[in-house]
This record gives sequence, structure tokens and C-alpha cells, in this order.
Amino acid sequence: MIELVRLTKSFGKQLVLNDLNLKIPAGKITAVIGPSGEGKSVLLKHMIGLMKPDNGKVMVDGEDITWMGRSQLNRVRERFGMLFQGVALFDSMTVFENVAFPLEEKTRLSRDEIRDRVHEALEHVGLKDVDEKYPDQLSGGMKKRVGLARALLLKPDIILFDEPTTGLDPIICNAMHRLIKETQERFGFTAVIVTHEVPSIFEICDYVAMLFRGRIQMRGTPEEIRGSEDPVLRQFITGELEGPLQFV
Amino acid sequence: MSSLFSYLGRPAVSVLREMGRMVLFLFYALWMLFRAPGKPIPILKQIKFIGAKSFFVIFLTAAFTGMVLGLQGYYTLTKTGTEGMLGSVVALSLIRELGPVLAALMVTGRAGSAITAEIGIMRITEQIDALETMALEPFKYLMSPKILAALVALPLLCSIFDVVGIAGGYLVGVKMMGLNPGAYINGMEKSVEWKDVYSGLVKSVSFGFIISWVCCYKGFYTTRGAEGVSRSTTDAVVMSSVLILIWDYFLTSVMM
Repeated sequence: MIELVRLTKSFGKQLVLNDLNLKIPAGKITAVIGPSGEGKSVLLKHMIGLMKPDNGKVMVDGEDITWMGRSQLNRVRERFGMLFQGVALFDSMTVFENVAFPLEEKTRLSRDEIRDRVHEALEHVGLKDVDEKYPDQLSGGMKKRVGLARALLLKPDIILFDEPTTGLDPIICNAMHRLIKETQERFGFTAVIVTHEVPSIFEICDYVAMLFRGRIQMRGTPEEIRGSEDPVLRQFITGELEGPLQFV
Repeated sequence: MSSLFSYLGRPAVSVLREMGRMVLFLFYALWMLFRAPGKPIPILKQIKFIGAKSFFVIFLTAAFTGMVLGLQGYYTLTKTGTEGMLGSVVALSLIRELGPVLAALMVTGRAGSAITAEIGIMRITEQIDALETMALEPFKYLMSPKILAALVALPLLCSIFDVVGIAGGYLVGVKMMGLNPGAYINGMEKSVEWKDVYSGLVKSVSFGFIISWVCCYKGFYTTRGAEGVSRSTTDAVVMSSVLILIWDYFLTSVMM
């Protein structure tokens, strides 16, 4: 389980996370939703130690990782996988090299074993015959799937998804959601998905947390979120222009 | 009064913070060079990129620097009737000073800027974050191979610069101005000592370190998109060039 305790983070004078508390249950899919610029990606980066809070702590299975040294933090990170908003594939490597990279660096598997594992992961995300392609030769959806294959390869306990469907058309977006759900059910990892895709994300997640003004406005099951009378939540879900959420 | 302190203090603190971060980066880079020097293939690729691919620009710069030295040296020395010294003037100028410095400046412009841009783009596209989330050490994959390659490539390029420059001086002094070839070679042989070659090579190794350190640092701390990459690249080239010239003065004064 990941637990964020009284997390505060500011950039200059801008307070992004304000005394935020959140529990992410193990083996479930939790979606973090909220307006753009509210700090959802910042929240996600705290969970894996890419950012340090000004105050508060980040606990992973009861272990405080907030100010861990690099080697200890790397030990914890070995349990994580992450799919970045921009996918973050290594653009000088082919798809095969990208997916094989963590295996080559972190295991002693033979070339043949690595090739089999890479092809298995790529097939699992529905990709074939893309080994020799470079990331800039792939569509947005294909890149996301390559990123997911790379994140899955070391069979992590926790996978963080930073806006996995941004920039995809609705059909590919739904296909990506279904792929995440199927993969999570098959491997049983803990998933945290930062997304704007409401209400479609409700179909695949177990819990939803709404981030607003640096705090979790509400956390609950998709049904509880759908049934909420909270004006912020209602406006965000329905996309109304009038309400407590201000647009510049 | 307090606003004056604030006006002056804020940039001073910012400069001090930047310097501190650079020094910490330097120590960490040195530590990682020993702890995780990287694999041979990436290091060889970087030697090819920094060294072999800089050959043409080094060759051209060296040839024309040697030719200008030959021309200017001949013009100046004929005034005192000592044109026979041309070989030693050209060789010593190149081996002790111009070879290491100009080779380093050319490598800064060609390879240093590319190093900063590459690492900077990896930073803003979260590729460095991706390495970290895989529990892999970005220094091992990005910095160490580049630093080691620069330490190997710079003295080699400097040696090529010296040889080509001396040949350029010979071409102008002997073939164009009619100086005795024996005087040119003999003057060079008599005046150039091992310590001159040694000091030039020590300089080029240290310049290699400065280039790779500054350029990797600037790339690693790139922020704010394409404009940030452009700013980091410019800063890296300017800072490396200035540091090379300052460090050259200190080394020269120590190794005289």
C-alpha cells in the first residue's frame, strides 16, 4: 500500500500540494482525477521519489521513502514501473532495445530469453513486427503500448500511469483502458492512474480520488464519486463551465 | 536599504547555489566514474562521437592555424633576420598552447553542445526520469561514458592538431616562402622538449574533463522545454570555453 501523509509541495510561491493525505490500496486500480495544473503528475512523482516534498512523508508498504538515500530508494523502485505522460521511450533506441533495456541492465538472462520475454510483452500489449522501429516512427497509441510493455517487463508490484490516454482518440483510449484493466487482473499489481478521462476511467478503476486545490477533495468507489453531490466533483464530471472550478 | 541588499543578494545567492550544485555534480561524477564507469561499447561510441567525428574540423582548424602561424611568424622573424627560428616558433606555439586550447574550443562547439542538447532533451522528455524509475543510475548511462571518452579523445585530437598545424606551418614557411626545410625541422627538433609535449597533453586531458563536466551538467539540469535546451546549450558552450581559457592560464603558470 502507498500512503501519502500530510504532503506539502510548492514551486516558488505556488502551493501545489497542501497537507494532502491519500491511501492507495494494494492490488487495486486507483484513479487520481482533477483539473489540469492541479499537481496530479507531481503527486505521482512523489510516490516514486522523483520529487521530494517540502513537508510530509511517502510510505510504501509501511516504509518511509521520503528522504531515503539513492541506493535504498533504488531498492524500493525495483518494485515500481511507470508509464510517463510522454511515454519517455529512449528515442535513440529501437522498440526492441527500449523494451529489452531493463532486462539487459537488471537481469542475467541470455539473449534468447530476453528476446522471448520482449516479444511476449509486446504481444501482450497487441504489438507485432515493430522491433526495428524507432519511437518517432510509431503512433501515439503504439508508443503508449510500448511504454506499458517496458513497464510490465520486470513484473512490478506497483505501476504508476501518468495520463496514459492523453492525445489518443476515444476508441484507442478505451482500448488502452481495457488493456490496463486486463493486465492488472492478470498480474495483480497496484495501479495508480492519473487521468482526465472521466467518466470512462470509472469503468476500470476500483477507487477514484479527486485532487483539487492541493488536497484530495473526495476519495471513493466510482459509484460513490458518480453519486456525489460535491459541486466541484459534479462540475468536473459533467464538464459544466459554471461552478466552483474556474477556467482562465 | 533592505531592498538594495535584496537586489544584490538574490543574484549572488543564485550564483553561489549554481556553483555549489556544479561542484556537487563534479564530485558525484568523479565518484561514479570509479563506481560505475559504464560498459565498453557506449564508451567506444562516445569516443567515436567526440573524437573521430571531430577529426575533420580539427584537421581544418589545425591546418589553417599552422599556415597563419607560418605566415605571421615568417613576416615577424624576417624583420630581425631570424626566420630560421620559424620551425621552433610554430611547433612550440602549437604544442604548448594553441593545439590543446583550439582543439578543446572546437570540440566544445561541435561535441559539447551536442552532449548538452542530447542530455537536455532526455531531461525534458522524462527519459532521465524513466532511467531513475527503473532504479538505474543516469550517471552510469549518460555521464560516465561521455566523461571517459572526452578524457581519451581530447589528447588524441590535440596530438593530431599539433602535427597538422606543424605541417601547415611547413607548407607556408618552406614551400611558399622558400625557407630552408632543414632549418624548419632542425629548429623544431632543437627547441621542443618532452615537457612541452607533456604539458600540452596534460592540458588537453583537463580540458576534456571541463568540457564533459560542464556540458553534462548543463544538460542534466535543463528545464522548460525547447527554449531551455537552447539556453542550456548556449550556456554550456560559453561556460566551457571561458573555463578552458581561465584554466589554461593557471596550468600554464604552474607548468612553465
